[in-house]
Amino acid sequence: MATKSPQKKPAKKSDGGPAAFSEEDDLQAYRDMLLIRRFEEKAGQMYGMGLIGGFCHLYIGQEAVVVGMQGAIEEGDQVITGYRDHGHMLACGMDPKGVMAELTGRDGGYSRGKGGSMHMFSREKNFFGGHGIVGAQVPIGTGLAFANRYRDNGRVCLAYFGDGAANQGQVYESFNMAELWSLPVVYVVENNQYAMGTSVARASAQTDLSKRGASFNIPGVQVDGMDVRAVREAGNRAVEWCRAGKGPYILEMKTYRYRGHSMSDPAKYRAKEEVSKMRAEHDPIEQVRMRLLESKSLSEDDLKAIDKEIKAIVNEAAEFAQSSPEPDPRELWTDILTDMEA
Amino acid sequence: MPTEVLMPALSPTMEEGTLTKWHVKEGDVVKSGDVIAEIETDKATMEVEAADEGTVAKLLVAEGTENVKVNAVIALLAEEGEDMSEAKTAPGKKPPKREPGQGEATSRETGTKARAEEKAPKAEIQNDPDIPEGTKFTSKTVREALRDAMAEEMRRDERVFVMGEEVAQYEGAYKVTQGLLAEFGDRRVVDTPITEHGFAGLGIGAAMAGLRPIVEFMTFNFAMQAMDQIINSAAKTRYMSGGQMSCPIVFRGPNGPAARVAAQHSQDYASWFAHIPGLIVIAPYSASDAKGLLKAAIRNPNPVVFLENEVLYGKSFEVPELEDHVLPIGKARVMKEGTDVTLVSHSHGITYCLDAMTKLEEEGISAELIDLRTIRPLDMDTIIRSVKKTNRLVTVEETWPVCGIGAEIAAEVQAKAFDYLDAPILRVAQKNVPMPYAANLEKLALPSADEVVEAVKAVCYR
Repeated sequence: MATKSPQKKPAKKSDGGPAAFSEEDDLQAYRDMLLIRRFEEKAGQMYGMGLIGGFCHLYIGQEAVVVGMQGAIEEGDQVITGYRDHGHMLACGMDPKGVMAELTGRDGGYSRGKGGSMHMFSREKNFFGGHGIVGAQVPIGTGLAFANRYRDNGRVCLAYFGDGAANQGQVYESFNMAELWSLPVVYVVENNQYAMGTSVARASAQTDLSKRGASFNIPGVQVDGMDVRAVREAGNRAVEWCRAGKGPYILEMKTYRYRGHSMSDPAKYRAKEEVSKMRAEHDPIEQVRMRLLESKSLSEDDLKAIDKEIKAIVNEAAEFAQSSPEPDPRELWTDILTDMEA
Repeated sequence: MPTEVLMPALSPTMEEGTLTKWHVKEGDVVKSGDVIAEIETDKATMEVEAADEGTVAKLLVAEGTENVKVNAVIALLAEEGEDMSEAKTAPGKKPPKREPGQGEATSRETGTKARAEEKAPKAEIQNDPDIPEGTKFTSKTVREALRDAMAEEMRRDERVFVMGEEVAQYEGAYKVTQGLLAEFGDRRVVDTPITEHGFAGLGIGAAMAGLRPIVEFMTFNFAMQAMDQIINSAAKTRYMSGGQMSCPIVFRGPNGPAARVAAQHSQDYASWFAHIPGLIVIAPYSASDAKGLLKAAIRNPNPVVFLENEVLYGKSFEVPELEDHVLPIGKARVMKEGTDVTLVSHSHGITYCLDAMTKLEEEGISAELIDLRTIRPLDMDTIIRSVKKTNRLVTVEETWPVCGIGAEIAAEVQAKAFDYLDAPILRVAQKNVPMPYAANLEKLALPSADEVVEAVKAVCYR
């Protein structure tokens, strides 16, 4: 792992700057973000009804990050994240029914009910989890990138983690190896400003998390993570950097979660006004909605039709998640070890 | 009187070495710090410096001499003006014997003869039923067997690579990866920074992406830094993903007490890993098992913790000359059949048993020895079958008894063969203290052949 190898796939949009965000892109982003928002709201309701157990970390407020980044990668690139993962799965194109059914612990869930909210995967969509230990996904994502490099396949891995995980030692162990071996991995720091109840300022000596790779020579930029256009543009640059064989890249997404850390967190560590101000002035979905309306490409009625469509998808997922049977008791003993060739 | 230059001990477990080269000749004047010779241990070639000033009066060991014991006199230095002819009478003198507790080589080696004798007692050990009749054998060290296993699997499968600290250019801190860099290059033999948590996790990611990593821990003591990744990521992901994800990875390296390296570097982690569903845990004793099981581990689609033993690395055993020597995981081996008592052990614990069995035979007690080889899944069938025959059981392990492998075996045996037991099951294990450094205390802390004999006699009511 000493030398840089030539890339196989041509870099995306290598003609200078990344492509501009079109109206079509806005419309797609609107749908994708709205799906996550409505899905999470439904999950919150179902948790309240006792249909979802354990820990449940909602992504509401942060939708622009995954939707923007997904627009920057290609099929075959990998995605890995921590436990606030529902949005990532939906953005990757995983079926809302399978995700919701996993939340309810049913046989139709992505992990057949054995993983739950924090532990879902999709080989088909190159989504590698869904990891419950803060920061653990970072070396694993770096390993996915290592495999890309080993195979010289031109693929890039997006490794997401939060501002809390940014203080885990293994993150820096990963940074070091990723730069040392020029691994194609974009570290996406979703800085939603609170690691559970501890604000970034109370936990981080260096609060500009984009600088956290500086001593490893990893470039990093801060991005308005509430603006899907800014996210995709930064994502394009970072992914292009990785695909060109230049090593890892750090994107600090300045974002915000509207809900508590998990369903059981009353979020008393921040003022209600802070949340309402973010919602009113920076909501990622509202920004796109306003743009679409201002450009007159869509009417209120058009948007309402989309809302209705999304609601139907989410309701269908919720129904499936309740009608899907519980896993067969025999499932208790499966998937521990396998005899099959991996 | 001339000054004696002794064969130095150059590693915690070194017992002997090869004197590869003299840098001085008789009559040369040397001063303290001058390099006078090169010595090859099983791990490295090291330079020997003069510790005194004087004239080289006599070189007593020729260049190229193998198996020179630690503390043997290899040269004599005459002081200024000293009569050189006097030196000629000196060589007949026996090398000084270290008293127990005095030097590093004494540590545990003096406790059990079997340790000092490099050759495993092969004649008395039953053949492995998994090795075909008529197979030819060659003598190999455990170290060579492990290296051969990795090299063969790397030739066979392009996805297999090895990574860890000092595995490539240094050729392994314990020389287990010797020659791999030269054959496979730095894409597949990867030196890592000292970053266990990080590279364990990275290896797991590479495995999830479909590669077949062999992650070497310089010793398993350092794997504690990586425990979260091994347990939470490697072992549990298949289950948590409903079978979608695979983690075909081997974590390997030396485990268990070495010699005189104190508490932080002397621990057997077999029971730690054996606790975890989703892991396979292997801890071989012989070179044949080391090779056959490491090859099986590399091919296995599950995460495997492969626990080697530093003290055994340099021991030679008969290894079958088979084109593809792969042994089944999860099968214990009856190393020696017996009728009066069953001894169950693994890895270096076997040496205490073998030594004890010689003594027991003298007293007319016939012990059956089972080498577990795989710790998880435990081959309880083989143990139960043996206990039903001998009606007595003693377990032997080089770690603390609390929640150990012996404890697990005892629980299973009382549940499944209660009526066959003629005596309580006894465990021989490390004393419940952190490993001390002092040689005498270390010896006391470890199990011994005498303790095995004592336990066997107790369960035989002798």
